[in-house]
This record gives sequence, C-alpha cells and structure tokens, in this order.
Amino acid sequence: MDAIKTEKLTKYYGKARGIEDLDLTVEQGEFFGFIGPNGAGKSTTIRTLLGLIAPTGGRAEVLGRAVGKEKEAILREIGYLPAEAVFWSGMKVKEILKLSAELRGRDCAAEARRLCERLELDPNRKVEELSFGNRKKVGIVCALQSEPKLLILDEPTGGLDPLMQRAFFDILRERNRQGTTVFLSSHVLSEVQRNCSRAAVIRAGRIIACDSVEALAQTNAKRVSFRGSAELSDLPGIRDLRTEGESVSFLYTGELNALLGRLAAGKLRDLSLTEPDLEEIFLHYYEKGGEAE
Amino acid sequence: MTILKHELRRGRNPLLIWGGVIAFLLAVCVFLFPEMKKQMGEINEVFSSMGSFTAAFGMDKLNFGSLEGYYAIECGNVLGLGGAFFAALCAAGMLCKEEKERTAEFLLTHPVSRTRVLTEKLAALLLQVTALNAAIYAVALGSMVLVGEEIPWRAFNLMHLAYFLLQLELACVCFGVSAFLRKGSAGVGLGIAALLYVTNLIANITESARFLKHLTPFGYCDGAEIVSDGSLNGGKLAVGLGFALLGLAAAYWYYPRKDICA
Repeated sequence: MDAIKTEKLTKYYGKARGIEDLDLTVEQGEFFGFIGPNGAGKSTTIRTLLGLIAPTGGRAEVLGRAVGKEKEAILREIGYLPAEAVFWSGMKVKEILKLSAELRGRDCAAEARRLCERLELDPNRKVEELSFGNRKKVGIVCALQSEPKLLILDEPTGGLDPLMQRAFFDILRERNRQGTTVFLSSHVLSEVQRNCSRAAVIRAGRIIACDSVEALAQTNAKRVSFRGSAELSDLPGIRDLRTEGESVSFLYTGELNALLGRLAAGKLRDLSLTEPDLEEIFLHYYEKGGEAE
Repeated sequence: MTILKHELRRGRNPLLIWGGVIAFLLAVCVFLFPEMKKQMGEINEVFSSMGSFTAAFGMDKLNFGSLEGYYAIECGNVLGLGGAFFAALCAAGMLCKEEKERTAEFLLTHPVSRTRVLTEKLAALLLQVTALNAAIYAVALGSMVLVGEEIPWRAFNLMHLAYFLLQLELACVCFGVSAFLRKGSAGVGLGIAALLYVTNLIANITESARFLKHLTPFGYCDGAEIVSDGSLNGGKLAVGLGFALLGLAAAYWYYPRKDICA
C-alpha cells in the first residue's frame, strides 16, 4: 500500500491553474521531498490530499483511502504542519496542544511534553506572545504528538534557528526509522538532499521529475571556476556564466577536451572543476521545465 | 463536544459584554417606569401625536402608562435591536471567522467532519443566544420586582419568547450566510439585522407594505399585537421557521463542499 498515490490529479481555481494531471506515488516508510518554486502547486497538492479543497479532476489516495470520501479516517493517520502555523489568540501553548489532541480523541500529553522539552518550547506561554519560530514549534508538536503514520510538512523549517532545525530533523529521522512516512515540501534543497530518499520536482502544476535524490542530482554538468583569462565566447555547453573581476564561474555540459584546450590557451592563475550542488540542478529544472542534462 | 466547548470559551467575553449592556439598559428602563407613570397623561399625549414615528414604534396602539405597554416599546427597542445585533454578529462570524483568522487550516486538518464542525458551532451559537436571553429575562424580572410593580406575566413572557425566537431565526439565517463568506462578517450580520428592523418600521408606517411584517422576524415581535392578542402570530412564526431552516440547510449543504483557502 502506498502512503500517497495520485492519478491525473487536477485542481483549477476558476480558470487559474493549481495542479494539472499530477501523478505522484509515495511509498510507505519513505522520506519524500516535494520541491518546486512559488506557485508551482505544492500547497494545492497538499491541501487537496488533506481534503481542504476538492479536486477538479483525477483521484488521490492516502494510506489506501480515497481522498474526499474517507477524509476523517485519513486525517486520523496524518500529522500536518502548515507553512505558517496560526492559532487562536488568547490561548496558551498547552491549551492548543490539548485541543489538538482532543480533536483527535487522544491523550497525547506525555508525547507533547517530550516534544516540548526537545524543542525547548514553553507550554505555559500564550501563543500571541510567541515568535514566528516558536509558533512553528507549536505546529510541529501538534503534528507529531499523536504519532501519525504519515507526516505532511509544508516548509517546516521557516523561522527555526539552525540548532532547532537540527533537533527537528533528528526527530523526523527517528520517526522515519520507526516507520512513519514523511512528505516534506520545501524550498530548501539542501534539507531535501540531506534527509530525503526520493523527491519530486513540481513546476507550473505538473511533476517534471520524480526519482531518488541521487538520480535527480546526477548530471554530466561540471561547475568550472577559474581566475585569469581565457577565450570562451563561442564554446558550446556553457550555462550560468558569472564573471566578477578576474573570477569566472560557469556550468559546463560540453566536450571536456575542447574546454581544456581553451583554458590551456588562456592565462589562468587558479582552476577548479566540481560537481554542481543540488541547488544549481534544481534551478535548472525550475527555469527550463525539466529537461535533464 | 470539543469544538462546542472551544466556541463557548471563545464567545464568553462578547456574550458577557452584550448581555451586560442589554440587561443594564433594560433594567434602567424598568427603573424609570415609576417616574414615567406619574406623567402618564402628558407622555401618552406626546407619544400618540408624533405621526409616522408613533405608528412605526407601535405607540398608537399601546398604553405607555401601563407597565406592559411601556415595556413592550422599550423592550422592542433595547432587547429587540440589541439581541438581534448580538445574534446576527455572532452567527455571521461563526463559520467564516476560521478563514478570516486563518485558523481553518488547523481546525479542519484534524479528523473531524465538516458536518460535526457545523453542528457543534451551531450548538454553541444557540446556547449563547439562549444564555443571553435567560440572563436578560432574569434581570428584567428582578427589576420589575424591585420597582414594586405588578408583573404582567403573560405579556412579559410572550415578549421575551418572541424576541428569543427572533434571535434564533436571525442566528440561523446568518449562520447560513456565514458558510458562504470568507472574510468580513460583522458588516453582513449587522446589515441583515438592521435591514429586517427597518423593514418592520416601514411595514408599520405604510399600509401597502404591511405584508413585509411576514418577512421580517420583527413582525411577530410587535408588542402591541402581543399585548392585545395575548399570543404570538402563528403564521409569521411559521414563515420565520421556514427562513431559519433555509439558513441551516444552506450551511449544511455548502460548508462541507467549500474550498478552504489559506
């Protein structure tokens, strides 16, 4: 049974496109990354899976249950962290956590206490007194305290300091090892690279790539950086050329010998050839629509 | 019951404020009655010679010098308008406030059906309206006892019952409207209550618009009619019940299929 499965899932807001013919499969136990630029359809996909909005077409299943028809049963197994956690003013953190647990018909007090300690969250503070990051922590505890089978996290680290981000991902990895499926929607590609086994890239409402993170990152492009001068103007295969004084950097996908010939003919004081980082590769997906190199 | 308790907690302060203000004003009116009674002759003459204004507030049919006549007019203005505004405001915001305050995402991603959310919020709304009316009834009754007047039980009970039913009808209609709203609800709620109140005034003044009394809940709260008939108008109540059911049906039909925006 898949944790998430969508087939030709489509959502239009009037005439505006949300997502279109989206096919996505997330297996149980996976730590899955969901990447895309703003307005690509990440939140629309998540909101459809959670039953907040109804799809215009296609179908979706979460943990083997049809989205829309078995909404409560699905939500019972899901912990959801929205990109911006908003709560009712006037309530204390512990009251929010208790309310969330009661809405699930569960007593999660012990787990909530453990999570608050690990995330250094004071349960006696009022939510309107909390910073954005601390409100995020309340959302994290709400999502995790019922120990759900599937965690859906939308931009989870926004507002968290690096130490808290580390503590948060430690908890997620522990949960994942215990069998929890994690669906992580993020702009921060490094956290997807570090934590996810597979990922999908969404652009303009469509999945343009879905594979293991290693496979997605695989490319024959090299990041070339040098200081000095060389004649490169008509050399094919150069992308993302950045020049700053004597420093030159670009992504190269052309013939390596041709490049070395040009560089040897120039005057170089320094040279490095490295693998491009994931960020660069995904920028390429975002800009070009996903033709892999 | 979790959402019901949560709503009652959130609505506690507005309920105390509205209930306190309406009860205070009503008590003040009752405490003024002994003084008014002494000037009964002049007051009746003044109030019965104000043309359309007299008809609009039903003062042409009531004896302002009797407690029931005096209370029917004062009650109409204070409890009628105050209670209607409270019920309409409370109901119009009941469903859409979650989207306006952006708490809908939190609430609706828990394993609770939209129908359950609707039912518990409706129960909270009706309980708040009931609590407001019970408190006001007790304060008004206590004030009458304190001023030493003989209580016109039948008229007093019927008037409070009529205004309670008016608030329930308005609450149900505005609850239905709330399901369709996303942002501002206060203006809509107050607007509906004010529109229905003015509709009743127009119906009182204009013979050709008399039928409007069947459309507005203020129509079955006419103090003059209640005092003279000794009962509530069943026909108008039936129309009111129809509007209330229509409001609830709209909420239960639309809200479960509504796209919840962030």
